[in-house]
Formats: sequence, structure tokens, C-alpha cells
Amino acid sequence: MSKVLMKGNEALAEAAIKAGCRHYFGYPITPQTEVAAYMAKRMPKIGGVFLQAESEIAAINMVYGVASAGLRAMTSSSSPGISLKSEGLSYLAGADLPALVVNVQRGGPGLGGIQPSQSDYYQATRGAGHGDFHMIVLAPASVQEMADLTMKGFDLADKYRMTSMILADGTMGQMMEPVEIRESAPNQYDKSWAVTGTDMKRKHNIVNSLSLDPYELETFNFERYERYRKIEETETMAEEYLMDDAEICVAAFGIAARVAKNAIVEARRQGVKVGMVRPITLWPFPKAAMARAAGHCRAFLSVELNMGQMVDDIRLAIECSRPVALCNRAGGIIPSSEEVYKRIMEIAQNGGADK
Amino acid sequence: MTHQFLIAGFGGQGLLFAGKFMVNKGMLEGKEVTWLPSYGPEMRGGTANCSVIISDEPVGSPIVDHPDVLMVMNRPSLDKYESAVQPGGMIFVDSTLIDRRVERTDVTTFYVPATAMASESGITTLANMILTGKILKELGQFDEAGVENALRKVVSAKHPEMYEINLKALTMGRDYE
Repeated sequence: MSKVLMKGNEALAEAAIKAGCRHYFGYPITPQTEVAAYMAKRMPKIGGVFLQAESEIAAINMVYGVASAGLRAMTSSSSPGISLKSEGLSYLAGADLPALVVNVQRGGPGLGGIQPSQSDYYQATRGAGHGDFHMIVLAPASVQEMADLTMKGFDLADKYRMTSMILADGTMGQMMEPVEIRESAPNQYDKSWAVTGTDMKRKHNIVNSLSLDPYELETFNFERYERYRKIEETETMAEEYLMDDAEICVAAFGIAARVAKNAIVEARRQGVKVGMVRPITLWPFPKAAMARAAGHCRAFLSVELNMGQMVDDIRLAIECSRPVALCNRAGGIIPSSEEVYKRIMEIAQNGGADK
Repeated sequence: MTHQFLIAGFGGQGLLFAGKFMVNKGMLEGKEVTWLPSYGPEMRGGTANCSVIISDEPVGSPIVDHPDVLMVMNRPSLDKYESAVQPGGMIFVDSTLIDRRVERTDVTTFYVPATAMASESGITTLANMILTGKILKELGQFDEAGVENALRKVVSAKHPEMYEINLKALTMGRDYE
């Protein structure tokens, strides 16, 4: 397939179909509605299921049902809708079910607004629901990545039996760029745990998140965190941009990284040695790349569309060895490349002390 | 070479469509392109805009803060974006709908009564494409094969008549002096 122009939301939906997803459950909300609209159009033509559920909560529980049967299932929403899915996300984790959940973020809290935001960073990386668990959180910064990371997300979910979340924002969902959606048979994973009927030939499988025996429940938690440790070791992804000789490290993901790139190019023109570490996985966080950067950078600048939720992760990754400044806008506003450039130049002049 | 277009006006004027046409044309010519619409309630009667970048280099931010080409189809959009245009840039004004002149003297301005031209020619909804035709002409990018190929990409195959009237609008814009 050659490159075609698609909106991020549409590219994501098509990539999900290419990845073998035939079960989509959703509920409309700006700015991700094109995902549902695309699925509504395509799924009936390919023998798939598009279902507009009665609520976000219903949709995530339908995902739970299909995932239990060992099939690829997804739901998508935007920030307030993801909060409603919180219970289901925890149950998916407790039942060790693979699923793909998409959050095309808008400004919050509450109903907030409908313009792009990254203010669900904590929710996605820390507190998607109750209990000890993580999701794999993928942060696309182009329409191409909206497609590629969706495919990757399904694979990681199946491989590790957990939820992958695409954490995008309104800009990524709405913008069009040329994209090539990979044509290949979906990867197959062992799903001998799925509840598909025993045919009276094997012991029945159980998919459940309830374990009343605390010793058993503890074992499940320990086992899950052993898996998480492996994921941290092997699945962390980041893009390092002009980092070789950098003295200032910008950290940004999604649309913020796109804006920051312009500012970095401009600052480089002025002779400032600045580069960027762009986390592609937000969980696991690219600690090693940040630590490497701390080896030769004297300061960090986190660029975000929220109140600075990624700053703590950077500080932890570099063990507070360098100051971490913040350039941010909130509520649906995107920092301009001039704002980022100004902050880079301030840091270049004052040595990086946070204000 | 990079062109940063900002296309602004009322929702319903076909601004996003004009952008889609431009970005398809760029892509067919092997350029790096991005298209970013405003979305939400502003699309339903308020002001709407669309950022289009066409470049020889990979595009960083898809957001156009400082266009080198501004196309405006209502007064609030001219008021809002006139000062944002890069020095030396171009402003294309639908002079049927905008009752004032551009104040900047460091930009080149083109006044096209696109809405009146469209309605006189029986293609009322295509003032957007008349302005687009003028822009391509002034940028030296109105090659007929390129225009026709891009138009085929954006006009639905179910409505072949739309292809003809869009082409007519683009050509009217090209020929307007």
C-alpha cells in the first residue's frame, strides 16, 4: 500500500482492522469520534462488529467480554469517557486480558473542553483504575505513529496479556498526514487461556478478576509485576533527536514534541546545543534515555500540554541530578514553538535553574 | 522550500476542503505535508481555520502560527490573523465578504471578489476554490495536470459533476486579475 492522506483517528482505526481487530465498541465524544465513524463504515463490510454502546462503561465491558474469548477488541474515547472506563480497565488488568484502549485527550478536569490536551498523563501511567497495575502507554507523534503504534499496541497486549493504551491528543486525532498502513497478516499469540468452549475435551478456563484468597491474590500481583519488569527491560521506546552533543535536553511527547522540534531547530541555528528525548512509551518510561542525557546535559526542559505531569518521571529517571524546567500550556492550548524557543534560550543563558 | 498556509473564515465555506485539495496536490508532487483543522463548535457557524504545510523537508509542528500564505473569507479572520503573516508573505482576501483593506504594507495582498464571482457563475459554494486557484497561480503552482490529479483525489467519484465545477472555480481564480 502506498502512502495515503488520512486523519490520525482514521489511520488508527484502519490500522486496528489490519491488526485483526474485528470488535469495536465505543461511544461518541470529541475529538475521537472519527474512530467510531470509520469503524461504523468498515466493520460491517468485513464481517466485523461495530457497536455503539449505551455508555462508555458498557463499551469497556464489551471489550472485556470479547477479550475473554481470545479475540482482539478495542474501544476509544476522550478524557471524560476514559474516566468512566476506569473500572473496566482495572478488571481487564485483574483478569490479565489483552485489550487496546484509545484516549484522544481533551482538556480537563471534568467535562473540560474539547481542544487538545495531555492532562491524562498521570491517569494513563499511574492511576487508570484501582489496584496495583500498569497499562502499556503509547504516545504517537504523527499520523504514521497513530497507525504503527496501534498495531504494536495489539501485539504487546497479546504478548503480555494486558491493556495497551494509545494516549493521543486532539491534534493527533484530527490532523492529516501521508500514512502507509502496513499490510501483513496479524501476529498470532498463544491464547490457550481463552474461554472458547471446552468441547468436553479439556478442563474449562476461567477468566476472572476475583480472588478471595489473599495468598493467591498476592501471587497474581507478584507475577504481574514480574511481567512488568520484563516489559520495562525490553519494550521501552524513545526517539533521541540531536542528542549526541546536546547540553540541554527537551523532553516532550505527542504534539508537544512536534512543536518542540521547530524550537530546537531554531535554537540550534543560534548555536545552542539542544536536543530532545521523545518518549514513545510513557509507561514504561524511557528512564535509560533520560539518564544517558543527564550524562552530558546540564538541564532538562519538559514541554507539555498539562501542568507538568511528566516532570516527576524525568526527575526520577535522572535521580534529580539536573534541574528540570517546564514549558507548558493547559486547558486545550498548545505551546507555540516561540514559547518553547524562549524557554530554551532562557535555560541556555542562566544555566538551567528552574523558575 | 516550505509553504505554511492558513485558511480561515466561517464554518461551511469549504475551508477544510480547500486545504485538503492543497495538501493532496502537495503529496502527489512528492512533498512532505500536514493538514490540521480547527474542530468543535467553531465548525458550526463560528470561525474555522485550517493549517496546511507543504515542504521539501519533514514537517515539525503541524500548527501554522505564522503563515506565509493567508487566505481569509471573513472579517474576523482577517482581523485575527493579519498580524501573524510572515513579512513578505501573501494575503488572499475574499473582497465580497470583507469590507476593509489589509493594513500591512510588508505583505502582498490580493483582493478577489470570490463569493460574488461564484454566485454569478452559478457555483455559489465554490468561492473557496476560486481563491485557491488564485493562490496557486500567484505561487506559480497552477500546473493543470497537478491540479486535475489533486482534484480527483478530493472529489467523490460518486459526484463527477463536482469535479467539473471545482475545476471551473479553480480556473476562474487563476484567470482573475
